[in-house]
Amino acid sequence: MKRALWLSLFAFVVIGCNSGDTAKAPEGGGAAPAKPEAGKKLVVGFSQIGAESDWRTANTESIRSEAEKRGVDLKFADAQQKAENQIKAIKSFIAQGVDVIAFAPVVETGWEPVLREAKDAGIPVIVSDRRPDVPEDLYVTFIGADFVKEGEMAAEWLAKKMDGKAKIAELTGTTGSAPANDRAKGFRNVLANHPEMEIVFTQTGDFTRAKGKEVMEALLKSPQGKDIKAVYAHNDDMALGAIQAMEEAGIKPGKDIIIVSIDGVKAAFEAMVAGKLNCTVECNPLLGPYLFDAIEKVAKGEEVPKRVVIEDKWYDESTAAAELPNRKY
Amino acid sequence: MKAYPWRYSLALLGLVLLFNAIFTPGFLAIEIRDGRLFGSLIDIFNRATPAALLALGMALVIATAGVDLSVGAIMAISGAVAAGLVVQPPDFLLHGMGVQPVAVAMSLAVLAGAVCGLFNGVLIGFFRIQPVVATLLLMIAGRGVAQLLTNGQIITVPGDDFAALAIGTTLGLPNPIWILAAMALFFGALTRLTAFGLFVEASGDNPTAAHYVGINGKSLRLAVYTLSGLCAGVAGIIAASNIKAADANNAGLYLELDAILAVAVGGTAMTGGKFSLVGALIGAVLMQAVTTTILTRGIGTEVTLIIKALVVVAVCLLQSPSFHETLRRRRTA
Repeated sequence: MKRALWLSLFAFVVIGCNSGDTAKAPEGGGAAPAKPEAGKKLVVGFSQIGAESDWRTANTESIRSEAEKRGVDLKFADAQQKAENQIKAIKSFIAQGVDVIAFAPVVETGWEPVLREAKDAGIPVIVSDRRPDVPEDLYVTFIGADFVKEGEMAAEWLAKKMDGKAKIAELTGTTGSAPANDRAKGFRNVLANHPEMEIVFTQTGDFTRAKGKEVMEALLKSPQGKDIKAVYAHNDDMALGAIQAMEEAGIKPGKDIIIVSIDGVKAAFEAMVAGKLNCTVECNPLLGPYLFDAIEKVAKGEEVPKRVVIEDKWYDESTAAAELPNRKY
Repeated sequence: MKAYPWRYSLALLGLVLLFNAIFTPGFLAIEIRDGRLFGSLIDIFNRATPAALLALGMALVIATAGVDLSVGAIMAISGAVAAGLVVQPPDFLLHGMGVQPVAVAMSLAVLAGAVCGLFNGVLIGFFRIQPVVATLLLMIAGRGVAQLLTNGQIITVPGDDFAALAIGTTLGLPNPIWILAAMALFFGALTRLTAFGLFVEASGDNPTAAHYVGINGKSLRLAVYTLSGLCAGVAGIIAASNIKAADANNAGLYLELDAILAVAVGGTAMTGGKFSLVGALIGAVLMQAVTTTILTRGIGTEVTLIIKALVVVAVCLLQSPSFHETLRRRRTA
């Protein structure tokens, strides 16, 4: 029993070290002007969703490198796509008394108690990337793309490509997450104007390649699968998985079935250049600069707008090749 | 215990297929496309492979009255090692080893899985740490190790060599099915043609008695957990090969629970003792048959987990002697 205790303690130390490593940000590097603030370093706790996709990895990278550049002490916690881990992380940030808490909520609901704790402790909270379903006074600002708009852009592109007529299969993101809810909503907003564009199949692929592939594989064999002319995936990774499933079924992705997805990761551009993916609506993951602009303002007590929208645009096969070299993530 | 503890899960599997035969057109049809068998039935077996491989190892572990929670994380480690060694991305932790051919990388990945299992075995067999605690350690830390290996990135493997293991076919059947068959035969032979299976059951049933008749509980547990790690290693390279990428965060996530469920549904008691490999395989296939049915029929995501739970409850009730006893009394009363 004693030994078990020691071992679990050891486990915590090991895990602690891992996250400690990531938070270590060697200062200076001569890359950018460090914040001229004398004395105490700004301490920011960031609770990230996980590393479920290439997009998220690029997002994390942007936040980390920006913290390093500005000489901010970033305490980074990876929640492995679990809300309870995020709540734990935020609670520990409160206990540590960080200057600012930032987080990207994995799902929309359930944040009110922990955010109220932060508010009571006098720590400002900045929301990045996904909006939680809480009263607006619980956070200072929300920085992120407009997911509804992304869904609308995807639908508009598809309606044009298909001349307003298609049977569509939808691969949705993690059930209950803001991007899944909003991208579904935006897509349907536009579809309402196109009576012959019809979603005949919708199923979650959890934003991962493996699930996207499994779902598409089953769909292609289902009775309604034979009529599918287009696929709308809530992120690129699921689209990439779906492409593999089509290839294995002897269907030409991008030709027999038109595919549109959201995010704009490098692998998606490669797939477009190869003619297997038709369109991706970029959702810029490089939020780091915007995030730390807001954090520094908040720390100085300056006003920040309640909503900072990151502009998105779309790329299709005609523009993908030119853009590919610029893709870092 | 009666013979064929898995008969109820087999019956339920039959029911699921029967349901599809009637209500899902084309579900049971198998055609040949590009020289490979193509159909939902093939998908079920193909997609059940990772969980079924884990269930093979898990059945032995559970038979010793233990449990292995770390297999999902070991899959992530194995996939990361395999993809990383083939691609050698700039931040890969093992960059000192250089780019390896696919076969070498995959063998090393399976070996890494076995080493992880060995680690569990040492903790449990020699240091007598409770299996739940010991394997929980690697379940949590193991995914961290996988993320450390890949530096948190998804490592995508270009080309078709790496994908051949999971996507390629042999004699029309997807390779994972053959791999599973080979592993199942190996495990079957190991446990039924040698005394190993008997030792495992004896040690799970009554460790004290097993000790006094001369069964070495320490090395037995070492062997059992290493085998479980080996299975996870193989499942890991199949999962990575299937999507041509190592996804340290999602590979094998919660799959340890599916494996435990498969073993339980297959009629092996969590308290140890007698075990059924055939039952574990049927359990894994049953769970996947339900998943594939749900996906093919386009049933909403919200109810997916409930349907799975209902299936498990049904099997467990059917397997419970006291449930039968209650039914019998009701009938006679």
